[in-house]
Amino acid sequence: MTQQYKYTPKDFKSDQEVRWCPGCGDYGILNSVQKALASLPYPKENYAVISGIGCSSRFPYYMNTYGFHSIHGRAAAIASGVKTANPELKVIQISGDGDALAIGGNHFIHTIRRNIDITMIVFNNEIYGLTKGQYSPTSKLGKQTKTSPEGTIEKPFRVAELALGARARFFARSLDINIKLSSSIITEAIEHKSTAVIEILQNCVIFNDKTHRAFYDKENKLNNFIILEDGKRMIFGKNHDRGLRLDDNGFIEVVEIGKNGITEEDILIHDVANPNPMIHWQLADMAYPEYPVALGIIRKVEDKTYSEELEKLINAKKEKSSFKSVEDVLTSGETWEVE
Amino acid sequence: MEKVIKVLEKDHIVIRFSGDSGDGMQLTGTQFAATSALFGNDISTFPDYPAEIRAPQGTIGGVSGFQLHIGQKTVYTPGDFADVLVAMNPAALRANLKTVAKNAVIIVNKDAFTAKNIEKAGYTENPLENGSLEQYKVISVPISSLTKEALSEFDIDAKTIDRSKNMFALGLTYWLFEKELTHTDSFLDKKFKKKGNIAAINKKVLRAGYNYGEATHVTANHYVIAPAKIKKGTYRTITGNEATAWGLMAATEKANLPLFCGSYPITPATDILQYLAAYKELGIKTFQAEDEIAGICTAIGASFAGNLAVTTTSGPGLALKTEAAGLAVMTELPLVIIDVQRGGPSTGLPTKTEQSDLLQAIHGRNGESPLIVMAASTPTNCFDYAYYAAKLTLEHMTPVILLTDGFIANGAEPWRIPSMDVIPEIKPRIASLDKEYQPYQRDEKTLAREWAFPGMKGLEHRIGGLEKENITGHVSHSPLNHQIMSDLRKEKVERVADSIPDQKIYGKDNAETLIVGWGGTFGHLLTAVEQLVDEGHDVALAQFNYIHPLPKNTKELFKDRKNILVCELNQGQFLEYLRGQFPHVDFKQYNKLQGLPFTVKEIKEAILNLK
Repeated sequence: MTQQYKYTPKDFKSDQEVRWCPGCGDYGILNSVQKALASLPYPKENYAVISGIGCSSRFPYYMNTYGFHSIHGRAAAIASGVKTANPELKVIQISGDGDALAIGGNHFIHTIRRNIDITMIVFNNEIYGLTKGQYSPTSKLGKQTKTSPEGTIEKPFRVAELALGARARFFARSLDINIKLSSSIITEAIEHKSTAVIEILQNCVIFNDKTHRAFYDKENKLNNFIILEDGKRMIFGKNHDRGLRLDDNGFIEVVEIGKNGITEEDILIHDVANPNPMIHWQLADMAYPEYPVALGIIRKVEDKTYSEELEKLINAKKEKSSFKSVEDVLTSGETWEVE
Repeated sequence: MEKVIKVLEKDHIVIRFSGDSGDGMQLTGTQFAATSALFGNDISTFPDYPAEIRAPQGTIGGVSGFQLHIGQKTVYTPGDFADVLVAMNPAALRANLKTVAKNAVIIVNKDAFTAKNIEKAGYTENPLENGSLEQYKVISVPISSLTKEALSEFDIDAKTIDRSKNMFALGLTYWLFEKELTHTDSFLDKKFKKKGNIAAINKKVLRAGYNYGEATHVTANHYVIAPAKIKKGTYRTITGNEATAWGLMAATEKANLPLFCGSYPITPATDILQYLAAYKELGIKTFQAEDEIAGICTAIGASFAGNLAVTTTSGPGLALKTEAAGLAVMTELPLVIIDVQRGGPSTGLPTKTEQSDLLQAIHGRNGESPLIVMAASTPTNCFDYAYYAAKLTLEHMTPVILLTDGFIANGAEPWRIPSMDVIPEIKPRIASLDKEYQPYQRDEKTLAREWAFPGMKGLEHRIGGLEKENITGHVSHSPLNHQIMSDLRKEKVERVADSIPDQKIYGKDNAETLIVGWGGTFGHLLTAVEQLVDEGHDVALAQFNYIHPLPKNTKELFKDRKNILVCELNQGQFLEYLRGQFPHVDFKQYNKLQGLPFTVKEIKEAILNLK
């Protein structure tokens, strides 16, 4: 039986001084994680927060849990080892866009493919912050940085496409400043048995300020994004008068309710558990200004996890095998006595 | 008139089975080895196969060989030169003639000496007919057609017939050495239990080969090697890679910690991962990672989570693991890294042996990054050193690199199975739940920190690759602290010397000439030294298993020698390391870099050439 633990977010704050730049989006994400963990029924010592390298990867030092600040790009691999070694643990991986998708791209896709039950939070600020402002694999095409003075000629990755391409069972997106949304997503991600990928659009106040703000500015924000909720119609806009539906070719289009005979009934209902990822893929791909940016949980399907399968194999072999100890193995097969 | 077979008693003999890589020579060789071992001979074996799974048939590049040395005394190597060569085609003959002894018996499959195969092997004329083999005793047998004839009663295809011809060669060799067929019979019964009449087919051909020898008396001599006088106990044969895997398994049981192995397949280390994957019932978890880096990183994660963690690899893989190995040094987590060395650099010679990763193991990380480096020296002691690698890493909280090599990893020997009761205890440094925990608080004697892992209540802490403050483990950029921590990490590894045995000398302690080797060259160096001692020379051997730190008596051993010759399968890496440690000692060197082990002959010559 799960024991109930009464925590407040404060219980998850370490005694270390937080050293991100004033105004950094990471503060909001730290608060969101601490809030999420306080709402969950697991003992503090069962959390392991694993990060790579980058501004965001300082994260474990600020959490009063077990933490491991590792090396660049390898957080997913280390987190995979932690979870496989002890499936009882709740493992949270913290990586930036460079850490997860450039140097760590291989581990990112393979961890998802294996469905290792960890929560992967990707802080996407579309820039290398710790090295002081070079373009990253998610920087917008043409982005001028110190290493792309004329603007980048590289097409960016979309986190969702990589994740879904690796068959992610859980993908969600949030924004650093939306602590309520982030913490509810993180809570669900930890509870969901799968590699749960959360892309948090994070603002680097120094090197890429307001890169996500175009769709989130105060004036128009409600028209520029949609918070998806399972089982609800995909309606958004200041006046709740816009929605998403599939056109005749099966592509998502934005429509106005009340115009051209369109009613609420025509609007798509979000189904996070749809095994077919095609609508999830389209939702995740929606880019401002053509489309509203999709926030919330986009995909959440059930599947067996790596550890569940491995433990099953181990238990099955334990039952079947005549080897109960190493000595049984050493003396098995062909042996002979020398008198 | 019936010829009389003369039985020659031999001390030891070297046999090499050789054929196309699809000819089943590895199986033939291992069967002969097992039969000899069961009879009580001491054995040492070495498979030699091409990097390609199916190299072009009939070519030199596609030749696969299996050499074994059987003796009535301890044999330490698979032997330099073959006394008996079985060559299943012209390419196998041509590829092996250089390493065949004068007057050797050569058994060839005459049917394979077709014009096409002769040309493919690079001969201009049939070597069986041009007198070029006069110095050998050639037994030319139409093995393919005799195999076909033997199987006339079976309704089977040509491919199945062809695939069983190795059993004919094995049967004939059994006859030559007066060996029993019983072991191979029961092996075939077991292996092909569910494969219809395949076992019966192979047994039939095995007998056809044996009976052919009996009926035709193909040679005038039989060779008999009496059982060796070996220590009482239960024995089995074991390869180095198997022994490595089992040593780790023994350690996990003794330490009472689950074993986690994160690895990426790489020749010649893959076997270790495969052996471990086969024993899930002992709670062993193997993780076939997406690359070498993920192999070591998953292992580091498992170590952080409280498992006995291992990663296995070969040279190129060790290069890829470099940065993560440094993380294990910095976080002072237990981790065993096993490098089965092969020819380098780059992809190099994947299936051939070499000792050229030594300096990579000692120094190959950024920053001052000391860890324990040790090396196994025989197939069977891979068990011991894998065990001690785990013991040292768990008790001293520092990663260990264990070096083996392609030669001992694939080689096999009889192994006296140790009782788990007599294997020393392992006491991991796990933190206590009822004491205040500081991640970098150290043991006074060993300087090892304590290990607390997720799930342990109240011991929550953070570690990582950034320099940490002494004792508390908080991130620290303080100049003085970095000096203190660097010195502590160095001192901690140096103090491991207190936990390892003194370096042993084989031969007279004060011999004027000391041969120095390390790792897998042991068998060849010891055989050379023993033979020279028998011949009246004043020479001894120090074969190192503990490289970093060195055993405490090392400096003493180098005192007052006329000559110290460091022999290695590289261009002088241990020599360079020793010169750094003992700058006033005059070391000489003997090196070889051909992807092959030393031969006893060349070592003896090198020693005799010393002035």
